[in-house]
Amino acid sequence: MNEQLIQTITKLVVEKLKSNEVSQPSAGTADVQIKLHSKQATGALTELPPPENPNGKVTFHQTTSAKPEKKSAVHPQPAEKTISKQEEFIEELKKKTPSRIGVGRAGSRPKTNTWLQFRLDHAAAVDAVYGEVPDKILHQLDLFQVQTRVKDKEEYIRRPDLGRKLSDEAKELIKKRCAFSPSVQIVTSNGLSAKAIEENLEDVYLSLVQSLGNLGIETGTPFYVDKGRVALMDEIGDVLQPDVVVMLIGERPGLVSAESLSAYLCYQPRIGTIEADRMVVSNIHKGGIPPVEAGAYLGTLIQKILKYEASGVSLVKKEG
Amino acid sequence: MKLKTTLGSEVYSFTELKEVFAKANEEKSGDRLAGIAAKTVQERIAAKMVLSDITLADIRSNPFLTADEDEVSAVIEGDVNETIYRNMKNWSIAELREYILSNETGDRELKRISKGLNSEMIAAVTKLMSNLDLVHAANKMEVLTTCNITIGHKGTLSSRLQPNHPTDNVDGMIASLKDGLSYGIGDALIGINPVDDSVESVKRLLHATHDFMNDWNIPTQNCVLAHVTTQMKAIQQGAPADMIFQSIAGTEAANRSFGISAELIAEANELAKKQGTGSGPQHMYFETGQGSELSAEAHYGIDQVTLESRNYGFARHYDPYIVNTVVGFIGPEYLYNSKQVIRAGLEDHFMGKLHGIPMGVDICYTNHIKADQNDIEDLGVLLTAAGVNFIIATPMGDDCMLNYQSMSYHDVATLNQTFGKTPAPVFLEWLEKMGIYENGRLGRNAGNAALFS
Repeated sequence: MNEQLIQTITKLVVEKLKSNEVSQPSAGTADVQIKLHSKQATGALTELPPPENPNGKVTFHQTTSAKPEKKSAVHPQPAEKTISKQEEFIEELKKKTPSRIGVGRAGSRPKTNTWLQFRLDHAAAVDAVYGEVPDKILHQLDLFQVQTRVKDKEEYIRRPDLGRKLSDEAKELIKKRCAFSPSVQIVTSNGLSAKAIEENLEDVYLSLVQSLGNLGIETGTPFYVDKGRVALMDEIGDVLQPDVVVMLIGERPGLVSAESLSAYLCYQPRIGTIEADRMVVSNIHKGGIPPVEAGAYLGTLIQKILKYEASGVSLVKKEG
Repeated sequence: MKLKTTLGSEVYSFTELKEVFAKANEEKSGDRLAGIAAKTVQERIAAKMVLSDITLADIRSNPFLTADEDEVSAVIEGDVNETIYRNMKNWSIAELREYILSNETGDRELKRISKGLNSEMIAAVTKLMSNLDLVHAANKMEVLTTCNITIGHKGTLSSRLQPNHPTDNVDGMIASLKDGLSYGIGDALIGINPVDDSVESVKRLLHATHDFMNDWNIPTQNCVLAHVTTQMKAIQQGAPADMIFQSIAGTEAANRSFGISAELIAEANELAKKQGTGSGPQHMYFETGQGSELSAEAHYGIDQVTLESRNYGFARHYDPYIVNTVVGFIGPEYLYNSKQVIRAGLEDHFMGKLHGIPMGVDICYTNHIKADQNDIEDLGVLLTAAGVNFIIATPMGDDCMLNYQSMSYHDVATLNQTFGKTPAPVFLEWLEKMGIYENGRLGRNAGNAALFS
């Protein structure tokens, strides 16, 4: 249920790139994450009516980083010294992973605090799906907006095929407003997390454009698609005939971060492009790959794709 | 073959068997997405009624995808025991259901008919079964498999410890591993989903888990769930892997989109037998999940239950050590809400077991599906009652790498205790030696990862 090959291939490419890239900030390199395409969220779901304030009065509770939880000794009555040693050891373990370890137990069940904290984090992730991208950001970046064939979020969830197609108006509009057959076409979409666009798009986008500029790579006319899916890039490719499409899209919110952005790349995506030819750099957010570094990094990745005239599996094959 | 029925004044007629199969399914958003679901609830029941009169021979002689067209079909077809099939080929699907549920039919009988059934027949009977049917029938079967240790005994619930880390940091992975072991998790497997699918990274994680198992004499097995080709390279370069993992699908085309073929899986199995660290005889691990064929646009208009069943037909050819469906992971466009996830979990487990394979489940959900932890706890209870071989467990159910929620370390311990079950016998002995289990349940050292200092 995933295209692990894409992951393999993309990672290999990234590894090679990393080893060639001295200019990569060291903080970013360790955190570069390539994930399975199909393990990424591709739809936002809600049956509930949108919240009163659609512009996202979502509250994010930072729970995973600061967690001075009350440590209750699991052992019923160990000596004072043992408790502190144990606690110390477990505290050390907890520093090594963001996972919810060392949380203690009530019988075989979790402690009340731990349980409610977990529920709260899930609640925040669910609520994050409802946000909308503020127009201000799109104006600032001079991105015009188009629609897919999806009418509302409910349909977006149930009909991914419609999120992979431009509306007739959208097709006309991009034909009219976008440069034809550019080297690189940048597309942005809220996908499953408007919050991801809100928090990261400006930094990623500007540093990507700068990076491509420095590399002397020509870019087309960027735009924003509301409720798009990744494979929408195929139809865009058909209409605009670019060499590379890079799509910046909001990921399915997780419990650790609800504002993670992914960048999908493909060489000459056209209707019928196979998934294994796409590649993805995911986990772009302030707790993952810092957005500015991600933008710069994507520039070098695109340079590579253009050089080999291939992406994903095909890129690795060509590289040998 | 009659594809028509009259209910009251309404005549329901279907053009082909494939349509009957699709419409007889319980409601799934994936079948709707594919445009093949029943239009009304009554049409669904009409399709079930038509299906109940179809015979096993009807199904075998009207393949949805022939062995010539599709290698998954060829693998499944080639594994049918002709003698056993001949003895029951005139059974209707209703008769098959009633045979399975009969009190005269137990583990031995089910394992026998299993050899004569193809995956489409198993899918067909599943469509006629209620949730409790699926629980009850699956629980009749005991499928034991051995890699380093044996799991699957009646009265046990095993688990895969999934100590994932967002950057594959070995210390971080080990921290989570220690925590999980302290709850008695990990007898089926210590299995890591890597972020970084490179050979070097996979080798690093294999060595780290293998060394830890040796240092603490833990009777279990390890695996890093990279792409099969990456694992093969790691093994060829000397990394200690007890088994080889791969995600599979129910059609050749969908498998191709995963970068695999029947030939590649056979090669991997041979390599694991020759150069893996697991003693066997079983060396393979597969993951599946309803909807992946549609997602890969390789479904041929076949419904997702039938395609999922074909995963198990394909899997059993390689005599796997463990198989699990990742039931709530794929997203709401295939399984919309908790009701659909629960149904799919029970279907997948039953279909796997009736294929004779060691079936586990990753009982899980994503944040954009209409389900929460309470729902998957429900499914955990149902599957434990159904005798699931193993389930997957993460710290507090939160996988910080894959960004989805599964069962927790606590949940596995609780299910075992509530049902009077235990982890696998050899592993239980080790747990008792460590004070993690006492008298068959969590003991004095449970939950104390400092145990491994």
